[in-house]
Amino acid sequence: MPDIDIATPIRPAPALPLRARLAPLLMPHRLVMAGLALTALAAIVTQMDWSWLPGYLPKIGHGLLVTLALLVSSVAAGFALALPLGAVQVTGPAPLRWLANGFCTVIRGTPLLLQLWLIYYGLGALFAQFPEIRASWLWPYLRQAWPYGFLTLTLSFAAYQGEVMRGAFAGVPRGELEAARAFGMPRLMVFRRVWFPRAVHRALPTLAGEIILQLKATPLVATITVTDLYAVITRVRQATYLTYEPLLLLIAIYLCLSGTLTLALRWLEGRVPSGR
Amino acid sequence: MNNATPAVEIRDLHKHFGRLEVLKGISLTARPGDVVAVIGGSGSGKSTMLRCINMLETPSAGEIAIHGEAYAMRPTRDGGLEPADRRQLQRIRAQLGMVFQNFNLWPHRTVLGNVIEVPVQVLGMPRDEAVARARQVLERVGLAEKEDAYPAHMSGGQQQRCAIARVLAVEPLAMLFDEPTSALDPELVGEVLTVIRDLAAERRTMILVTHEMGFARDVASHVVYLKDGRIEEQGPPEQIFGDPRSPHLQQFIRSIA
Repeated sequence: MPDIDIATPIRPAPALPLRARLAPLLMPHRLVMAGLALTALAAIVTQMDWSWLPGYLPKIGHGLLVTLALLVSSVAAGFALALPLGAVQVTGPAPLRWLANGFCTVIRGTPLLLQLWLIYYGLGALFAQFPEIRASWLWPYLRQAWPYGFLTLTLSFAAYQGEVMRGAFAGVPRGELEAARAFGMPRLMVFRRVWFPRAVHRALPTLAGEIILQLKATPLVATITVTDLYAVITRVRQATYLTYEPLLLLIAIYLCLSGTLTLALRWLEGRVPSGR
Repeated sequence: MNNATPAVEIRDLHKHFGRLEVLKGISLTARPGDVVAVIGGSGSGKSTMLRCINMLETPSAGEIAIHGEAYAMRPTRDGGLEPADRRQLQRIRAQLGMVFQNFNLWPHRTVLGNVIEVPVQVLGMPRDEAVARARQVLERVGLAEKEDAYPAHMSGGQQQRCAIARVLAVEPLAMLFDEPTSALDPELVGEVLTVIRDLAAERRTMILVTHEMGFARDVASHVVYLKDGRIEEQGPPEQIFGDPRSPHLQQFIRSIA
């Protein structure tokens, strides 16, 4: 009897001939909707003021890089933190369990903006009071805003993903772990060979959603003077007195990013041999 | 192998969960080559007894020895026992293969990956050698074609046969079967029983908890009837099924016939 939560893997549908694939798109109501969308796009491109765009492209490109760098680094570091946070909540000794649980609860229960400001203004001011820190090689970095943005985003991702990992660790069927023990595996090997990989596989489907959420959280760092994509667009708006054009561009870019991420993660998920 | 040394020896085994006493003093010996079938109603303690043999359940009292080596135990604060020597525990466990009711294959590994996992990781066998041996045992259970499949893509019968191959790959001193066909669709029971029957014919040491009475009668060299945590009657299958003495056993056999 397979586990209830194991979904039958979706096999790729056999390729249909081109006409059969196009047919659903050619239904009248869909043609009307597509026509409306194209008209709107044409109107946006031709009727609105895009003369500023070429001049700002380098800055927008830089902002995009900052956003992506923050996203990738905070997701990677946050995921690395989430693994012990999740594992400890399931098997750890009580004090560690409480600590991890408390951390996740506090971070998940308070606004990210507030955490960002507390860390930036709080930690930043605190560090500045120690001459040892001011003299150290770290100071050139700690004087800037991005390390605080990175730290906050990392902690946030770790807390949310830690909760996911807790569920994933707890959800690995007991029998699979029991089989490993019954064959004489030491505890660490049970963790390394069965529990951990199984938990990660179980958590993968939700990872895509968490990363998209994280992408949408990154603009908050603009409030602590990090010039990410959103900060660049805000500057464009202030310099050109245009309201809608820069925001529409911003929406388009975020949509492209989240779309690409979704597709990439779906592809990745299909490649992981979980046999789920 | 010294035939005088029992493969599995249980002496006066007690187990209670809280105040519920599940096993009330069980002694049982399986010599090499014995096929011991354990039968009894639900709640009679069959599975608990089996799981004590590899310490998936820790006994509350009593002694268990595998091939003459008794588990080192120490008392716990609540008056039970626990394994005192983790290394010894792991070493002995690696010599006992268990087949579970729900297969408990590792779903993130292929059939071949499941079968070589213990030889490579626990026994330290070179991978090539483990793969070669895994292919042999998969052939034996009729899964030679399936080595790259994942468990989720196989039928219950195939999964259970893979689980048996996983046990065979460690060449255990004794194989423990915990109701190996109870989770299977009726039409898949036969293929698993056939595999177990072949293994029994090779005189591999087995302890088999089962509800399949006809099967127990066929393959067992020794049948044990458990009732309320005690061995009520035991003997060769002809005697247990043909001439049961205890009224409970007579009733039990009537009820499932």
